[in-house]
Amino acid sequence: MNRRTVLATAAATAALLLAACTGTGGTSKGADAKAPDDPSKVSGTITVLTQRTDLVQDGTMEKYAAEFNKTYPGVKVEFQALTNYEAEVKIRMNTENYGDVLMIPAVIKKADYPKFFASLGTVAERSKKYRFTDFTAVDGKVYGQSPIGVMPGFVYNKRVWREAGITEWPTTPDEFLAGLKAIKDKTDAIPYYTNFAAGWPLTSWTYVNGSVHCDTQATTKLAEGDPWAEGAELGVGDTLLYEIVRRGLAEKDPTTTNWEESKPRLAKGEIATQWLGTWAIIQFQDAARQAGVNPDDIGFMPFPAQADGRFCAALSPDYNQAVNIHSEHKEAARAWIDWFTDKSGYVEDNLALSPLQNAPLPEVLKPYEDAGVKLIELDDAAGAQVKEIDAQSEVGIYAPDYRQDLVDLARGARQGSLDGFLDDLGEKWTAAQANAGS
Amino acid sequence: MTDTTHKAARPSPVAPPAPVPAKAPRGARRWRGLTPWLFLLAPLALLLVFTYAPIVNMVAYSFTDWDGVSPELHYTGVGNYVEIFTREDLFQVFFVSGYYLAASVVQIAAALYFATILGFNVRFRNFFKGVLFFPYLINGVAIGFVFLYFFQDGGTLDSVLGLFGVHTDHAWLGTPTSANTSLAGVSVWRYLGLNFVLFLGAIQSIPSELYEAAELDGANRWQQFRHIIAPGIKPVLTLTVILSISGSLSAFEIPYIMTGGATGTETFVIQTVKLAFQFNKTGLASAAAVVLLLIILAVTWVQRRLVPDERVDLV
Repeated sequence: MNRRTVLATAAATAALLLAACTGTGGTSKGADAKAPDDPSKVSGTITVLTQRTDLVQDGTMEKYAAEFNKTYPGVKVEFQALTNYEAEVKIRMNTENYGDVLMIPAVIKKADYPKFFASLGTVAERSKKYRFTDFTAVDGKVYGQSPIGVMPGFVYNKRVWREAGITEWPTTPDEFLAGLKAIKDKTDAIPYYTNFAAGWPLTSWTYVNGSVHCDTQATTKLAEGDPWAEGAELGVGDTLLYEIVRRGLAEKDPTTTNWEESKPRLAKGEIATQWLGTWAIIQFQDAARQAGVNPDDIGFMPFPAQADGRFCAALSPDYNQAVNIHSEHKEAARAWIDWFTDKSGYVEDNLALSPLQNAPLPEVLKPYEDAGVKLIELDDAAGAQVKEIDAQSEVGIYAPDYRQDLVDLARGARQGSLDGFLDDLGEKWTAAQANAGS
Repeated sequence: MTDTTHKAARPSPVAPPAPVPAKAPRGARRWRGLTPWLFLLAPLALLLVFTYAPIVNMVAYSFTDWDGVSPELHYTGVGNYVEIFTREDLFQVFFVSGYYLAASVVQIAAALYFATILGFNVRFRNFFKGVLFFPYLINGVAIGFVFLYFFQDGGTLDSVLGLFGVHTDHAWLGTPTSANTSLAGVSVWRYLGLNFVLFLGAIQSIPSELYEAAELDGANRWQQFRHIIAPGIKPVLTLTVILSISGSLSAFEIPYIMTGGATGTETFVIQTVKLAFQFNKTGLASAAAVVLLLIILAVTWVQRRLVPDERVDLV
């Protein structure tokens, strides 16, 4: 009897607490973070949340802040590096205390941006200067800005590919597979490394979207059609991955791969190729320097497909920086975002693509210019819908799971055929489309 | 625990007055009645805030479509539960628990074996105790990473086998069967120590006169085990079995760190985590967690029914 009373009291108390915890609270909706007119008058301490733990630890971020203070002497910038950024920030965003400047985590629905972030301006005015504005735009207002642009592609070891007798970028998936085969036959290198165990590198394959057919409307097609239909963007990419593994052109035991080790191994020529993105180039070059080999051996090539005789690469933003709607120093926060995007040198330091319209390509992508690779920016109007369908269907195009299954299928650790597998994905996807349409 | 405290806290009015000095003023008596509660305040507050409140909260979320961060959530009734029980794929992962269940049988047998041996006077007894218990002290995440190297192609396991002239070209985590067996093996390695210590404690609490008497009567080691140790540790054995079953159903750490659920190693908890944090279906994931809780409670209940916990009296 007594024990029951205690339990009942516990439940009652908990229920009371619950009301407090799940209460939706009155979020103020719609605020602007205006750029300050006079840099010397802005003041306040702002907290910047970042996923770049490495840069905070080695003091690089502090250097940026010191540089920033030369223009904005009244602003004190503090950094908080979150190791597991997505998960940690998600929980903090249930409160009002999630820094002054933060990267918009993928979990936040686009329609909710105005509830969490202060607007940086309208699409009309910002798109003149910046790329990627529509990735964070809600009702004509922009809520975030990525400091860099990224582009998917194969990081490869030029020396190994040359030794295998291939000097021109393959233009079709079949040519690419033939190239990997030549590497397997003529060199000691592992032609392709999946990074299956780390998992997330496999998600890079989702970013083939748009590069296959040079289609700026590729994201809309994801939202409206079956992404794994014959010849569809993701279908082509995933089929290539399947074939690479099925033909034994990938590492022997994918289940125990090691991402950190894969960098020096590629630099040294033990691994020939990995599908990643421009963001990876600098990491592989650093690994090459540390391993004492030539960083210029690290090359970058586009997806083996051409439209009208030209390669194509789709640019997309990295994490977008935004201003917390609850920030008390929105001007200072805005000043940081503008400065970090335009003047910090973060782009150059990372050999990345600039988010500014018409900025030149970094030196490392010179071959892209020479080869006349067409850079396109995908229309992200349907981006929110794609995310919705993805979560609904539990396919997870931004998660490693289904591609791990695909690799398992290709190496015979899982029963079934490629067509059946892709059809199954397509079915789940299109079923969710019907529900998410509302 | 709670029962005794209650008795102490509220002396029943019918019962004859406790042998306290009857002349104590009322205030002091009330104070005395309050004391145990004051002591209980801290643990109860912690228990409520960190155990019961989150559970109630989770149960509440399981009736909504919350995505884990959005300020808006809608009540969906039993929709999440209906989804869990009607989607076959969500329950298939329980087959993986079979591997862990089989492993825990091995684990309990081995733990019992070692505990019995080390319960007698053996040379280097304490050293072996340490060796067996040590893995349990290591952080699960570290174990995951260590064993990733262990199972790598050309890693520790392959080299050790190579020393004995066995050269397999087997990818230990390569197929679902092999991967699950390997992972279950790691889990045996890790939790063996805990079971072992529980058994050892129970065995050592058996009065030593019993062994002496048994030895005088000419009982051999097996007979001692069968008639003294086995009945003596029955309550602990039951507890261990319950822990093993619930542990197998909710296996998480080792497979999550080592394979992330790839290659058919996804357990129910990994699936729940993915639902909550990958697909942002916090509501559905909460419902899955509640279902797991109920399943474990049910299994425990059935087990207690089958093997009632009688008081064992050795003497």
